[in-house]
Amino acid sequence: MIAVLALLAGVLLGLWLDPTVPAALQPYLPIAVVAALDAVFGGVRAKLDRIFDDKQFVVSFISNVLVAALIVYLGDQLGVGGQLSTGVVVVLGVRIFGNVAAIRRHLFRA
Amino acid sequence: MSDEHTQTGTGWPQPAGPARPDGPAGEPDPRPDAPDPDELSPLSPQGSPPGPDEDEAASGEPAEGVAAVAQPAATVSPWRRLSSATVMIGVLLGLLGFTLVVQLKTTSTDSSLTAARQEDLVRILYDLEAREIRLRQDIAALEESQRQLRSGEQGRQAALEEATRRADELGILAGTLPARGPGLTVRFEAGAAKPISAMRVLDAVQELRGAGAEAMQISGGDRATVRIVASTYFLDGENGSLVVDGRRLTGPYTITVLGDPATMRTALNIPGGVVASVAGDGGNVIVEDREVAEVSALHKPRPLEHARPVS
Repeated sequence: MIAVLALLAGVLLGLWLDPTVPAALQPYLPIAVVAALDAVFGGVRAKLDRIFDDKQFVVSFISNVLVAALIVYLGDQLGVGGQLSTGVVVVLGVRIFGNVAAIRRHLFRA
Repeated sequence: MSDEHTQTGTGWPQPAGPARPDGPAGEPDPRPDAPDPDELSPLSPQGSPPGPDEDEAASGEPAEGVAAVAQPAATVSPWRRLSSATVMIGVLLGLLGFTLVVQLKTTSTDSSLTAARQEDLVRILYDLEAREIRLRQDIAALEESQRQLRSGEQGRQAALEEATRRADELGILAGTLPARGPGLTVRFEAGAAKPISAMRVLDAVQELRGAGAEAMQISGGDRATVRIVASTYFLDGENGSLVVDGRRLTGPYTITVLGDPATMRTALNIPGGVVASVAGDGGNVIVEDREVAEVSALHKPRPLEHARPVS
């Protein structure tokens, strides 16, 4: 419940403040968002599995974001930023799909 | 999808063994500051019944035994359920929502290019380059025409200045513009015997023209003034008066002339010249130098009916 409220508060804050993304963060923000989404879906699934752990969630969330950003940064430095970003997005997307599938099985028994 | 992922769903390897016990009804662990078993003893087997340490930390009281674990949610107030981890989760999710919205807005603002495929981007780039070349050519052409116009304008300006200068000169010559400058005033005073004849005045005018006079006017005793131009004529009028260009002047007459004073004075004073002849008639000619003489009378130009400029 708190999590949903916080998410809503963040969305409203983003709509209200309407900030612009600094150019330095431009390539990392989408990847970070996808990584965070992956962590959130994982958390939801873990909750449904009744193995949810606060600390684990927090750490996985932060480290997901950081690792994703780090990979993109590394890719940028190596000159393969675009491809590496695509790779990260693909991996995270696969994981999100898996988590959503697990959530679906939990909710609908199908 | 790796095995460890399917186990935890959080992207973190689940330690071997069954999951640690959660709070009742699948809620997050409600106990404030509940230490994670991992933290306390990372190497200890998981899934074992919580030890006394955990109970102590959880309830904030001395150990009461295993019974305290059974219903921890009932013993704490709702606000104390906001453990630091929950707050952290809230903050993180808020941040996620915030970034999500920001990113969505950023992407929606310039989605046209970021969403385009590589071939499209190459084509767009090619188009832009072609357009740039075209625009550069346009700029060069416009600069060229600007340069031409500027030089043309300069030429026109010079021509205008020249024309203005010539118009001023011709206006002074034709008597349509007032003029001032160094010169003389020549005053004719008639003697008792004879009035000043038109011939004497005409002689004087011709003499002055010969000496380089540039503008002249003649005024009579009643202040009537006539500009002397090429077509000006002098006639003897009644009662010793003088008719100049159809206007009647009475003596004494004063000719104001612009030109080199010394030359004109010499021309007037030559033996047998104007001064001598007037003196012979009993009259008197007074010549005065003027630093700044003013020829202010104007001659009304006659519209040309027959003569046309040859260009």
